[in-house]
Amino acid sequence: MNTKGATTSSAGGTDGGSDSSSSAKRNSKKPKYSRFTQQELPACKPILTPGWVITTFIFVGIIFIPIGLASLFASERVVEIVYRYDEGCIPTNYSDQKLAYIQNSTTNKTCTRSLIVPKQMKRPVYVYYQLDNFYQNHRRYVKSRSDKQLRSNASEGDTSSCDPEGVAPDKHPIVPCGLIAWSLFNDTYGFLVNNEALEVSKRNIAWKSDQEHKFGSDVYPKNFQSGGLIGGAKLNDTIPLSEQADLIVWMRTAAFPTFRKLYGKIEMDLEANENVTVVIQNNYNTYSFGGKKKLVLSTTSWIGGKNDFLGVAYLTVGGLCLFLAISFILVYVVKPRPLGDPSFLSWNRNPSGL
Amino acid sequence: MTSGEPLLSSSSRASNLSSVVHPPPLTLNIGSFNCLCPNASFSSSVFDDAQHNFFDLNDEDFVSVRDSSFCKRSLERSASLVTTKEFHSADSQFFQQFLLECPVQERKRMVSWGGAMELHNSSATFEISGASTRVQEKLNKSQRSHRKSHQFEDNLLHEENARLIYISDPKRTNDKYEFTGNEIRTSKYTLITFLPKNLFIQFHRVAYLYFLAIAALNQLPPLAVFGRTVSLFPLLFVLCVTAVKDGYEDWRRHRSDRKENNREALVLHSGQFQLKKWKKIQAGEVVKICADEAIPCDMVLLGTSDPSGIAYIQTMNLDGESNLKTRYARQETTSAVLEGDSILGLIRCEQPNRNIYEFTANMEFKGQKISLSQSNIILRGCQLKNTEWVIGVVVYAGQETKAMLNSAESPSKRSRLEGYMNRETLWLSIFLLGMCLVVAIGMGLWLERHKDQLDTLAYYRKIYFTNGRDNGKTYKYYGIAMETFFSFLSSIIVFQIMIPISLYITMELVRLGQSYFMIGDKHMYDSSTDSRFQCRSLNINEDLGQIRYVFSDKTGTLTENKMEFQRASVYGKSYGSSVLMADPLQESNIAEATAAAVGGRKWKLKSEIAVDSELMSLLHRDLVGDERIAAHEFFLTLAACNTVIPILTHSPSSCCTESQRHEDVEAIDYQGESPDEQALVSAASAYGYTLFERTSGHIVIDVNGEKQRFDVLGLHEFDSVRKRMSVVIRYPDNAVKVLVKGADTSMFSILAKDIERDDHTRHATQAHLTEYSSQGLRTLVVAARDLTDAELEEWQCKYEDASTSLTDRSLKLRQTAALIECNLNLLGATGIEDKLQVGVPETIESLRQAGIKVWVLTGDKQETAISIGLSCKLLTADMQQIIINGNSEDECRNLLADAKAKYGVKSLNCRNQNLEWKKNDEIDYLEIPADKKPSNLPQWHAGKDEGMMSPSLALIIDGNSLVYILEKDLESELFNLATSCRVVLCCRVAPLQKAGIVDLIKCRTDDMTLAIGDGANDVSMIQMADVGVGICGQEGRQAVMASDFAMGQFRFLERLLLVHGHWNYQRVGYLVLYNFYRNAVFVLMLFWYILCTAFSATSALTDWSSVFYSVIYTSVPTIVVGILDKDLSHKTLIQYPKLYGAGYRHESYNMQLFWMTMIDTLWQSLVLFYIPLYTYKESSIDIWSMGSLWTIAVVVLVNIHLAMDIQRWVLITHIAVWGSIIITCACMVVLDSIPIFPNYWTIYHLAKSPTYWLTILLIIIVALLPRFLIKVIHQIFWPSDIQIAREADILRKRPDYLGLKPDRGSS
Repeated sequence: MNTKGATTSSAGGTDGGSDSSSSAKRNSKKPKYSRFTQQELPACKPILTPGWVITTFIFVGIIFIPIGLASLFASERVVEIVYRYDEGCIPTNYSDQKLAYIQNSTTNKTCTRSLIVPKQMKRPVYVYYQLDNFYQNHRRYVKSRSDKQLRSNASEGDTSSCDPEGVAPDKHPIVPCGLIAWSLFNDTYGFLVNNEALEVSKRNIAWKSDQEHKFGSDVYPKNFQSGGLIGGAKLNDTIPLSEQADLIVWMRTAAFPTFRKLYGKIEMDLEANENVTVVIQNNYNTYSFGGKKKLVLSTTSWIGGKNDFLGVAYLTVGGLCLFLAISFILVYVVKPRPLGDPSFLSWNRNPSGL
Repeated sequence: MTSGEPLLSSSSRASNLSSVVHPPPLTLNIGSFNCLCPNASFSSSVFDDAQHNFFDLNDEDFVSVRDSSFCKRSLERSASLVTTKEFHSADSQFFQQFLLECPVQERKRMVSWGGAMELHNSSATFEISGASTRVQEKLNKSQRSHRKSHQFEDNLLHEENARLIYISDPKRTNDKYEFTGNEIRTSKYTLITFLPKNLFIQFHRVAYLYFLAIAALNQLPPLAVFGRTVSLFPLLFVLCVTAVKDGYEDWRRHRSDRKENNREALVLHSGQFQLKKWKKIQAGEVVKICADEAIPCDMVLLGTSDPSGIAYIQTMNLDGESNLKTRYARQETTSAVLEGDSILGLIRCEQPNRNIYEFTANMEFKGQKISLSQSNIILRGCQLKNTEWVIGVVVYAGQETKAMLNSAESPSKRSRLEGYMNRETLWLSIFLLGMCLVVAIGMGLWLERHKDQLDTLAYYRKIYFTNGRDNGKTYKYYGIAMETFFSFLSSIIVFQIMIPISLYITMELVRLGQSYFMIGDKHMYDSSTDSRFQCRSLNINEDLGQIRYVFSDKTGTLTENKMEFQRASVYGKSYGSSVLMADPLQESNIAEATAAAVGGRKWKLKSEIAVDSELMSLLHRDLVGDERIAAHEFFLTLAACNTVIPILTHSPSSCCTESQRHEDVEAIDYQGESPDEQALVSAASAYGYTLFERTSGHIVIDVNGEKQRFDVLGLHEFDSVRKRMSVVIRYPDNAVKVLVKGADTSMFSILAKDIERDDHTRHATQAHLTEYSSQGLRTLVVAARDLTDAELEEWQCKYEDASTSLTDRSLKLRQTAALIECNLNLLGATGIEDKLQVGVPETIESLRQAGIKVWVLTGDKQETAISIGLSCKLLTADMQQIIINGNSEDECRNLLADAKAKYGVKSLNCRNQNLEWKKNDEIDYLEIPADKKPSNLPQWHAGKDEGMMSPSLALIIDGNSLVYILEKDLESELFNLATSCRVVLCCRVAPLQKAGIVDLIKCRTDDMTLAIGDGANDVSMIQMADVGVGICGQEGRQAVMASDFAMGQFRFLERLLLVHGHWNYQRVGYLVLYNFYRNAVFVLMLFWYILCTAFSATSALTDWSSVFYSVIYTSVPTIVVGILDKDLSHKTLIQYPKLYGAGYRHESYNMQLFWMTMIDTLWQSLVLFYIPLYTYKESSIDIWSMGSLWTIAVVVLVNIHLAMDIQRWVLITHIAVWGSIIITCACMVVLDSIPIFPNYWTIYHLAKSPTYWLTILLIIIVALLPRFLIKVIHQIFWPSDIQIAREADILRKRPDYLGLKPDRGSS
């Protein structure tokens, strides 16, 4: 490296010639002074003084405990009815042959149950279905979709990523293609309160952004569920994908194997102890892999659904921090170590050596 | 007289030969001559006459005349010597044989001192031979050629693949197109080759191959975890960054090459010198260089503007030595050039090599074979000085020049920390494999359990169910075993960043930044030599913080290597002590007084030297008496026995007006390779013996105003075996003397032993020598002797033989030197002071306080070494000195054993010992102070735990003993002894022994070693040590070239190690751990998630986020922190050198810390995964929202983790850390705004949800809580030295500190 430099400098040397120019060149060798190059920029040098430590813990405690309380409170206010129906909705004569029952298209899948509302549920009441043990996050499954195809009519043939549900037997592309769409959930729920049907609204159950930009308004289902094996729900060929809210919700694949998906909203308050009759069309086959199906009616709060975890966690951490703050205060009182006291330096600690 | 055998054998051969050609009677005559010759009694009357007669001949006559008229004339001359024609023929006959016997009379001039003047005296015989060769040539051409071949037989054996250069005939020279042109290419690439070659070079790195393998794996259909382009991104990114960097560097090289190649030089072309571009110059061409021009290629000198063929060159660019060096054109060619003849000939030289100090070749010129050596060649990169012009023939051009062959980069070393890092990387790969195995086995078990359902499982579907072509075929399913295997491979792809490949690139960048600051440090700028600190190696910055042993050269490293003549012992009497005592003012007075006394002194030296008046007055007596003569010869030797070149310059007019007395006042500047010689010559000049002129054949010395001319018959240069130098000169009165100077050990053995008077002198001198060296002076002994004619002849004969041989020349020269370097008369001794550099004692003291052991390895005498050791506080008076200077293995063994027994050093196995020390160190450190000192007075007294094993032992060992110790099984003994001493001084060590000692420590301990030196003799040591530091000093650039770091002064070592070394070590240590953590926490998070996805290697994060994580999201802050963070101010570090101990105790990076970090990582990854899992349990969260949350959370987490450990926040750090988080968010927003990604708009939805933010906050606090807690607890109960010093450092600046205020002080 340096010899190369030397050759070049020899070139420069003869150019320069006179002494003055070379000496000027040399002068430039001295590093220019700047606080940056000398690593002396103004800087914060935080150290963990007792004050800092205790302040930090108290601060965290003070922030966390109210948040925890608020979350717990919000979570407590959420009213949730969960009803598992996958087992119960099998007629007793089919109880040993669940698969045959669910796969048989002629059997009556209707199942009527009644639920009691424990507390008043303010509208909107969200209707969810919850699946267990359904790996919507399986890699084969997650990848099996074509976002291009969903978006516009022009990329209808873009099914390469959709295998094994890419093309219909007649080689025409399936719209929407892929395993996700193919396995669309197809149980339906009807609600009756006091023998009056409750309207379940499907408006705004899907993300607006999805409806507007991801699912094309000019894309209509084609060749869907026309193959040998029907995976799930069929779609109305005359409604564009952007209006197929159930599909859009389903296509936002869940993060965990146990998940809820929004079915619809009931825009009506449900009073406490009211009897809600649910009419379930139990079509979806979770029996083949032992998945559970649950119907969930739930109100919501700023924290989301009913989940005490955040509140408890915040309270715990906040409490722990306060406790630590107090213990550190005690430590400093009982056994202070003066900061920067040189007598604590290792070579001052045992001056006698060994 | 020792080596008469070859001569005898050749003489017999010669007589055979001659007997073939000539009738017997003549042979008899010759035979008598033959007898004379080997006996060195060459002074037959005939020859004496011949000599005198030939003296009259002008040497120009001789060499310039080439035609037959010369032959005739010379024949006539020789004929005039002898009366009969018969004798004439016999004469020529004799010369023929003479040539045979002393193979190359004619090659004599090849010797460095073979020049014009030689022709006058010493080679009277040579002239005759030359002339008679011509005669013989005419008589018997075929025989001559036979003889020639015979003569060079052994040379040619070694030169079968010699390089043939036909002077002025480049076409013929290069008829096979095997020689390169003079175009140089330091650049690696051209436009066309850039891409393939650069890629090829880049893929030599294992890291890139890893990237490539991962990317290739990802291209396999069953494994396509990431999108195809995404998976190539990291590799492409790294390749591009490196390619751009390489490309830029290469472009700069191209530019400088072009500039260099397009320079012009005068090249002989059809009889005319024409300008030609450098790159067009070919081997074999004749080039003319004018004064101050750079030399375009390696050339053999043919002629110079100086009739004697001398040229001066400056080799600054080649070896850094600023003094002028002399080079010689061979006399034959010089005269030809001066006559304006075209030169035709053949040069046979060795193949190109990188040894700039050797060149062996011979030249066939006008039928003569002339040998060429290093002194006849001028090398590319040098500059012509003080010479009007030179003409030379190109022998090596372009890439084959020695300068270019030497331009290899310094060997790369790997830092210790990096070695440890690789060990931990291995652990990480084990984790990686473990995780992949878990995934693979999980996958296998899952498939096994669900194997009946696979056909129908909505989320798996192994079979195409569509009726048609694919009906019933399996879809990406290859059986459970294969699926398991593939899942293993795909999880490797997903977890690839577990191996922090980007760390290597990060470290490179960080070290580059660190080097920038080291180079820019104004405290390490040496104004006297105008040199900055240099980082020549970019790989071992952090090693500077872990040095345990410093091996230092003495001369030029601890001392300035600016010699000053201080004392002289002449004829048993010591002078100069008064000067030593005198204060500077007086000194100058004395100098002035003596200068006035000298009166006629015209020569002004660049630096005045104090002279001893007593000695001065002695010199002004008449040349009577032994003492006076000895003094005369003493100073004559000082002036003559050297290789110093006086350079006369007309001093500026101001000086003239000042002195006024002499209008021709001239200043003499002595240029020499050795500063000692310069000092001696200057001293001689101060005493009135001014070396005024030096050519190859004579020197002119101004003795008290009277110019005397001495002919130099021969010179034996200094070598490390003989440790002396001698010169054979002929006085104006024709007496021939050999003047010798050398080290006392080598001199006393060759002094004449018989005379009683000498005995006294010798004892006195020896006493003086001891005295001088105890004062820290470098001593030389001066001796001389007269040579008898017989001795001279024998010596000359052998000298010529030796100096012209191409093989074993140095050995033969040494043997020749032994002929005359014997029975010398002692004249006296000199003491030269080698001044200590500024700040050396302080530096050594603070290095020692830092726990660094400083060993001094020097070539000096024991006494000198000890005295220097004392003066630089290496040794103190209260130390027990163990001196080992044995002359045999047993003696050394006994000495070692004695020393051990005496001072109670246990012969432990070194490893154990070492471990014990380490343990002790650790205990020292982790121990809770049970008995706290109640004293409020902070005392920063430096403890003395360093020497606690042996309070003050100093080991002094000499090179002789080291020979026995290092080569035998005593190594471990020495090691045990040496490591228990506070100081080790090795004197009289050879360069290789220096390396041997470094190696001794290096292979027996884990401690880091640093070698510092300035001269060529330190190169091996510098290369051997873990860290080599070169001092840009007086002795050239070789040490610097071999070093990893170079600086101007020894005292910078303190700052380099204690400040920069400490910082760099802390930074890099943290950087490595942090990078391990950063990547592992991310990978573990992915791993936990994969366990929730039926082992299917799904990543919740988008492909781009996964790739950007280590490249964009988190890389910049680590680099910035690695460059800019510093725990302590440089003032504190210098003030308390003990803080340096953190480095060699491996406090910033060790196994324990690694495992702690990994446990912390595990906790943090669990927190990262489970908090969102529980928060969003049984909710409608989708996979991309989850991924988005994790991305933001992990980036914020690792950055805050870093922020927690940053010790010094400057603006750039703030920008880097917070900027990274902002950039991550920006990237998320951008990625989520592209509708074709499934994660479209996710972040916008999430940002509206308070749960999202609360989750992130919770993750960060919970993840970092244990780390913070441990940090706090550690700092309260077990504060490290650094921590305390840091507190003191910061708090001292704010006296108003109250104790509970938030600490936001700025420096």
